[in-house]
Amino acid sequence: MALPANPPVSRAQAKVMNRFDITKRMVALLRHEEAVVGGIGYTNFDLWAAGRRPQNFYMLGSMGLAVPIGMGVALAQPHRKVIALEGDGSILMQLGSLATVAARGQKNLAIVIMDNGAYQITGGQKTLTEEGADIVAIAKGCGLSQSIWTADESAFEELIALSLKEDGPWLIGCRIDNAKPTDTTERDPPRIKDQFMRGLGVKK
Amino acid sequence: MATDRAWHEIVAGVLKQHDVDLVTYVPDNVLRPLIDLVHADPFFTAFAVAREEEGLGINAGAWMGGRRGILLMQTSGFATLPNALASLSVPFQIPSLMLVSERGTMGEFNIGQQLVARTMRPVLDTLLIEHHTLTRLEDVEFIIDRSITQAVATQAPCCFILSPLLTGGKVFSK
Repeated sequence: MALPANPPVSRAQAKVMNRFDITKRMVALLRHEEAVVGGIGYTNFDLWAAGRRPQNFYMLGSMGLAVPIGMGVALAQPHRKVIALEGDGSILMQLGSLATVAARGQKNLAIVIMDNGAYQITGGQKTLTEEGADIVAIAKGCGLSQSIWTADESAFEELIALSLKEDGPWLIGCRIDNAKPTDTTERDPPRIKDQFMRGLGVKK
Repeated sequence: MATDRAWHEIVAGVLKQHDVDLVTYVPDNVLRPLIDLVHADPFFTAFAVAREEEGLGINAGAWMGGRRGILLMQTSGFATLPNALASLSVPFQIPSLMLVSERGTMGEFNIGQQLVARTMRPVLDTLLIEHHTLTRLEDVEFIIDRSITQAVATQAPCCFILSPLLTGGKVFSK
């Protein structure tokens, strides 16, 4: 497998997709009990709406920590692929974590950034990606050489499949629209953790 | 309790006994001997993170994946953690282990450290997080050993505070 040809060279050239649609496409490609960590907000809500999986962790609060949590799972279970789903506002709070992932060369981790350029859940205020910050370029600067903008839905599916097959770390940048999420994650932290740990085989 | 070992050797030994093999940290001068020790020992996976809450997140993920970790930091670093403790460790019932080198007291020369240090125990108390201040070499093993057992059994975070009485602290130098 190879990277899709002619990926967008910048955020501005990437197609604006729908978060729920690509989240469903991603979940449909998971065949080996891969772990998925959903960051705070609508990224998380649409992961919940895309179908409950015991290997999904729905983070509530602790904005910016989806990538570190995903990295921790990846460190604990090096044979399991882990996807950290994060929004643009969230990753902007924790850019250092990209450098940490790069420094560790965490092979079984893929980071998917859902970038709509807005703090959508708080009223759509612009984030810094709408002002020119390019998360893929930042990730490359942090040392994540396998960082790429997604051209369209089929390229997204190719990239997810590639990241599940080949060594990472990966960072897949996705521009998304401002559609409302399809559902709301149930806010029950101990239950979410318990199911996740059972899904990972840590609790029996 | 054997006291022929230095505090950092005792800490590393107890961490091993409890299979705490992941050490994330934001460095501190007082913690240096422990950081050097865990880097030198292949039992441990030790690395610096860019920010303390990042380490808390990594250790939380590792715990849920079946691996135990501890986060090392200094007092001012702890002050960056309350949101992550209140929204991740406490509500999700994750036994986040923390070891804080206490600045801001007994000879502090930096006023910022002095002020931020005063926020640490009130934050821990408000969040009902178990914490112990380590002052005497002969208590270190007992406190950490029992507290890790309790943190795991009760699925609750625990914070160890390294007092200058134990470590000597960081002294004023021009």
